[in-house]
Amino acid sequence: MKKYTYTEKQDTRSGFGDGMTELGRTNPKVVTLCADLVGSLKTATFIKENPERFFQTGIAEANMMGIAAGLTIGGYIPYPTTFANFGSGRVYDQIRQSIAYSNKNVKIAVSHAGLTLGEDGATHQILEDIAMMRSMPNMTVINPCDYNQTKAATIALADHVGPAYLRFGRPKVPIFTDPNQKFEIGKAWTVNEGKDVSIFATGHLVWEAIQAGEILAEKGIDAEIINIHTIKPLDTAAILKSVRKTKCVVTCEEHQANGGLGDAVAQTLAQNFLAPQEYVAVNDSFGESGTPEQLMAKYGLSAEAIVEKTLKVIARKS
Amino acid sequence: MTAKELKDKSIELRRKTLEIIYNAKAGHTGGSLSIMDILNVLYNRIMNVSPENFNDANRDRYIQSKGHSVEALYTVLADRGFFPEEDLMTLCQYQSPYIGHPTKGVNGMEQNTGGLGHGLPICCGNALAAKKDNSGVKVYTVLGDGEMAEGSNWEAMMFAAHYKLDNLCAILDYNKLQITGSNAEVMGLEPVAKKLEAFGWAVKEVDGHDYDALIETFESLPFEEGKPSFVIAHTVKGKGVSFMENNIKWHHGVPSAEQMEMAREELLIKEEV
Ligand SMILES: Cc1ncc(C[n+]2csc(CCOP(=O)(O)OP(=O)(O)O)c2C)c(N)n1
Ligand SMILES: [Mg+2]
Repeated sequence: MKKYTYTEKQDTRSGFGDGMTELGRTNPKVVTLCADLVGSLKTATFIKENPERFFQTGIAEANMMGIAAGLTIGGYIPYPTTFANFGSGRVYDQIRQSIAYSNKNVKIAVSHAGLTLGEDGATHQILEDIAMMRSMPNMTVINPCDYNQTKAATIALADHVGPAYLRFGRPKVPIFTDPNQKFEIGKAWTVNEGKDVSIFATGHLVWEAIQAGEILAEKGIDAEIINIHTIKPLDTAAILKSVRKTKCVVTCEEHQANGGLGDAVAQTLAQNFLAPQEYVAVNDSFGESGTPEQLMAKYGLSAEAIVEKTLKVIARKS
Repeated sequence: MTAKELKDKSIELRRKTLEIIYNAKAGHTGGSLSIMDILNVLYNRIMNVSPENFNDANRDRYIQSKGHSVEALYTVLADRGFFPEEDLMTLCQYQSPYIGHPTKGVNGMEQNTGGLGHGLPICCGNALAAKKDNSGVKVYTVLGDGEMAEGSNWEAMMFAAHYKLDNLCAILDYNKLQITGSNAEVMGLEPVAKKLEAFGWAVKEVDGHDYDALIETFESLPFEEGKPSFVIAHTVKGKGVSFMENNIKWHHGVPSAEQMEMAREELLIKEEV
């Protein structure tokens, strides 16, 4: 198992904020909007340096999505920002009709996705947004795993043409990816090559998958770990290549099992290469208050859960 | 309860709200303190709702649209006897039913809220059903001034006027602040009274911390027959603790041990006055 270590923890939303700071300095067409959550989205530096390229919409997310769609006419690249819940489910039809169907170059950037926002509880803990967004034609869906990757994805999106949904989180998590990486939309990253199982992970679960890989190595299991940061378009070539080798799959995401990364992978396998699969995902439930660690453990989104599902899926190989 | 008794009670309610936020190390402090007097009057004087009649279909309904200020609501419900006060020491903790936004797992809670802009439409539905049944049920909600930017509120306002829902009372917690700054900086709301009137509502403005005025206002509902009523309650975010008042830092600020002690002392002095 390839060794991954970290010296610092940082929230992925700060990766977004710092990516925006860089875009502010390099790309004059980038603008951002926010619905009264500037502090949470970490865009203070961008706003300070480019006050004329920031638009506060007030607590009116539906309006914000429409405005973002409209702002594209001068070649502007709008990044509307809010919490993941209010930037997806709350405004689904605005995104669908005005952004995706109309194919507008809007980069929806949302924080506090999933359970790990903690205390605020279920109303804010969106676990269905990947499903909603990946089912939408034209939409690119990205869920980066650490500060560096989020920053790189934020920057890469400015050069990508078309609607996108960039999902990140609140808590401080290990920084373990390359600070100088070039983010390739739609290209999976092989974290570790292995032969016994394919572990496909996205977002905060990638670090958990690495921890699981180490535990599995001690048990003599050689896990291939692949980071699927782009859930749509899905890197089906990388997925199939891996599964043809390992013959079994565990998918890991901070999201409902229904409709997320796991289902995207299952769809690919069902059409191309059948293999047993286990899901590390939330099992048809809303969240609750708690610390990120407590919630991830309760809802089965930990390294331990990945190990358990891996042992199970290996046993299912015929 | 009399205005004087309610006012006395408010000091204890404010202290308890701060204690549970301090204990949880989480909560929406400023907005809870700004609605405390409104909730105190509604639950202890105006509304026909109690632990005894909570299963009675004809109870009055309160739905908190600005769900983030749940700590004030929990405190008032506990004081009213809906559940033991000690329970609130688990606020926001893992596996506690006292989650960071209103949830129906808690006795006395009518509706899950948290995302802003959801309360008023639900209240319209409640008020409409109550009208159809001629049940005499009255429906109340508290909205934040920042929350007023949500279009759903204005859709609901058109509906309530159209259906003449005079059993519906919306209360604006007009503390003039939201998360990022003042309403004026973030998204201008003025002239709000004129806007509400133009949407077909009967409107009264009141000092949201003046017990006599609040009681008089609520006792005069509906303000006009055949129209929904909007109370514009002028409030102070963080009301009752000088260093929290009118300061956006306290939107979800949590007091340190030292600040908690200062707050306790300030509230104690007010009690003596
Ligand atoms: C739809 C939605 N968008 C954003 C938020 C995040 N949020 C919680 S409170 C708040 C500010 C609310 O301001 P205001 O309505 O004035 O409330 P108050 O001042 O009484 O706290 C925001 C933006 C939310 N809960 N719901
Ligand atoms: Mg306010």
